[in-house]
Amino acid sequence: MAAIEILGLEKAYSIGFWRKRPKHALRPLDLKVEEGEIFGFLGPNGAGKTTTLKLLMGLIFPTAGSARILGMEVDDPRMKAQIGFLPEQPYFYDYLTARELLEYYGQLSGVEAKQRSSRVNEVLQRVGLPDVGGVQLRKFSKGMLQRVGIAQAILHDPKVVFFDEPMSGLDPMGRREVRDLMAQLKVEGKTVFFSTHILSDAEALCDRVGIIHQGELRGVGAVADLTSSVHGKVELVWQGTTVPASLRALGAECHITRDTVRAMLSEANQDAAIEALRRERLRLVSVTPVRTSLEDYYLQKLQPDNATVGVGAKA
Amino acid sequence: MNSRIAHIASNTFREAVRDRVLYNLIVFALLMSAAAVVVGQISIDIERLVVINLGLTAVSLFGMVIAIFIGIGLVSKEIEKRTLYTVLSRPVRRWEFIVGKFFGLAGTLAVNTFFMAIGVFVALLYVSHRFQKQDRWVLVALYFIILQFLIITALTLFFSSFSSPLLSAVFAFSLFVIGSFAEDLRGFAGMMHGATRWLATGAAYLVPNFSALNVITSVAHAQPVSGQLVLYNSAYALVYTAMAICGAVLVFERRNLK
Amino acid sequence: MSSSRWVTVVFSVFLAISLIASVLLQRGVDQLRTGATLEEVLYISSPQALKRLSLGYDGLLADIYWTRAVQYYGNKHHDGARRFDLLAPLLEITTALDPQLLVAYEYGANFLAPKPPNGAGMPERAIALEEFGIRNNPNAWQLYYNAGFIYYMELKDYAGAAKAFARGAQVPNAHPFLAILAGKMAEHAGDRQMARMMWGTSYQTTKDVNVRANAAAHLRALQVDEDVTNLEALTARYQQQTGRFPSSFSELEAAGMLRGTPRDPLGQSYKLMPDGSVDLRTPDDFPFIEKGMPAGYEPPLSPKILPSD
Repeated sequence: MAAIEILGLEKAYSIGFWRKRPKHALRPLDLKVEEGEIFGFLGPNGAGKTTTLKLLMGLIFPTAGSARILGMEVDDPRMKAQIGFLPEQPYFYDYLTARELLEYYGQLSGVEAKQRSSRVNEVLQRVGLPDVGGVQLRKFSKGMLQRVGIAQAILHDPKVVFFDEPMSGLDPMGRREVRDLMAQLKVEGKTVFFSTHILSDAEALCDRVGIIHQGELRGVGAVADLTSSVHGKVELVWQGTTVPASLRALGAECHITRDTVRAMLSEANQDAAIEALRRERLRLVSVTPVRTSLEDYYLQKLQPDNATVGVGAKA
Repeated sequence: MNSRIAHIASNTFREAVRDRVLYNLIVFALLMSAAAVVVGQISIDIERLVVINLGLTAVSLFGMVIAIFIGIGLVSKEIEKRTLYTVLSRPVRRWEFIVGKFFGLAGTLAVNTFFMAIGVFVALLYVSHRFQKQDRWVLVALYFIILQFLIITALTLFFSSFSSPLLSAVFAFSLFVIGSFAEDLRGFAGMMHGATRWLATGAAYLVPNFSALNVITSVAHAQPVSGQLVLYNSAYALVYTAMAICGAVLVFERRNLK
Repeated sequence: MSSSRWVTVVFSVFLAISLIASVLLQRGVDQLRTGATLEEVLYISSPQALKRLSLGYDGLLADIYWTRAVQYYGNKHHDGARRFDLLAPLLEITTALDPQLLVAYEYGANFLAPKPPNGAGMPERAIALEEFGIRNNPNAWQLYYNAGFIYYMELKDYAGAAKAFARGAQVPNAHPFLAILAGKMAEHAGDRQMARMMWGTSYQTTKDVNVRANAAAHLRALQVDEDVTNLEALTARYQQQTGRFPSSFSELEAAGMLRGTPRDPLGQSYKLMPDGSVDLRTPDDFPFIEKGMPAGYEPPLSPKILPSD
């Protein structure tokens, strides 16, 4: 059973004075996330990431399509007992202390009274807030609030966790801690679905990513697959400052530094290029296949004409 | 289900109590009661009258303001500030949230009224030197005031479920004013003809009947309140509150949360 | 979304039930509280204080009290009440809040002054009301008219009435009848012609439906009284001439004393009794009559005032 299954989920708003012009916050989305995966939902601001999450949480209602989490409907309370949600820039009841907030949320999530306080303390430790349980939330910094947000999302030991921009407001150390925590969640067998526009985090953490832009899913796949796809270029490095004419003829892009040349050309011409260098008696230093970074893939998918679902997509 | 509603209610109560606005208003109402004592000394005969009139009116008006402000602060504000997101992603049904909020607010107002009422009774004791038999009607008047609060809270909740904090306040307050003249409204409606008469009569019955719940003047004159009226008013408040909450639930159930 | 559907259904049903219940309960409460709001009027010892308390919204408050006054009078009248205790304070408060609400003073003359069951029976208070109105609206001829009306109709103070009418006649744009009424007072005080003139003036000049209906009823009553007087004079003459009373109006016609069947102001024919008296067929339709009532007739407790045309 897939942890998250989204079928044709769509959200359109009618805007304009007479409510005639529809604005598509989310075009029909098909997506599946398996249990135990960390799935990254990437896209620029306004792409539809938060809309998708809100649809999954039942905070807004789709204009078409459906979604199931752990095989259950989006408004099923049994399902909600097994998920956790961290919204973007969370805001909590100002006048409660961190502990009171978590206790309250624990009550709502059905955590047994006996286990509640120990769980709360545990989770406060885990997010790096061991000493501030008794402090009122209105005194918390943005980073601390973010951690509390994570705490309330994992407090009741959910199977699936949804994070909307979990790194926002955190300093590099905080981000590292959250990354570690998310990796730890995966080890515990949880499914993590998070949205972000920070690609390095996605690259480091995710099993699979989906790229969304202007409400449309532009590409889905395993990170490894996406970054090794398609470009098929190699980089040749040799000593010297000369570039053989034959190499130029092969369409090499050359970059000459003090005593080395770096040239990029397509994989198909790799053997011919090496042969050319050998004939000129130039000393080859390295031959490296060039991988696309996730960033390249991402930027490519953001181009307007790229509307296809990519490699390794599980439809 | 019931425990979730209870938890939401008690959290609402806690939130309201820690909101310092509440304390300021209570203090103000207490001051009004003190002022009543001073004013009453102008004419010896009407001390009691002034204390009851002024005191109960203060409780009623300030309580109304508190009810509206807290109601909005704790619902509209929650929707605006998205505290609701993390609540609704839990196994809490939307209607449980509304009902829980209502009970929390109602509890807050009851406690609030209790403290303000103490102020009134202290003032009364001061001018009369001992409690008299007529004073029990003051209790009835206070009970009716609490019923008014319940109705206005439910209405505030209803408006908060779909409109902004400011508009909710305006609507709720307007209904309070109009509702205070509900009996006159029915009179107006009775003088009209045709379609306007039906419309006006409909509106007159839809508006909360606060005039029936206001017995301050007659209680100040030591007039008794009939038991039947107490019964009818209680039932009416219950039913009207239920109506407003049902409306709130129905609207909120469908609302796309920004 | 079935659980959501379930919630919708359940709460919709509750909503409908509570709506109906709230309407029914309100009707119950209304019955318990008829007049309760109104009775608070008795506690307002100083209308002027109320005016100050209204924070400039005295116009609106005046309208509210005015509506209450109209409702109060209508309900009491309908129930055949003998006492209209609250009418005076209601009118006094209304006029204190809005001294220019002329129709309130009309009510004073038409419904505060007359005796029950048609009014509260407080002519002196009504006069005081008119005087208050005159102080605040010295150029409103209607107020002088109202005062004169009360003096004439209820207090039977014909000199006072003449004086009031004369004062009013001097106001610019006064109704021409005021001068005429003042002038005719000396000869015609107490007679039917005077009454008819006054009720006629009321009928023509008022803008209020209730006052007009009241005036119409009085005019009809006057007509009936005149008709019956004339008809009974005819039957007496017939008796003198022929030695017996006529058995029908056609006999009077045949004798050349009458033309056509006499009809009452509502179009019904009069009834000729064997003893020569003339009765109305439907005396209930004619409050205020002094003649034409069948023997043993008891007027209803609440005089039926038909809506005027």
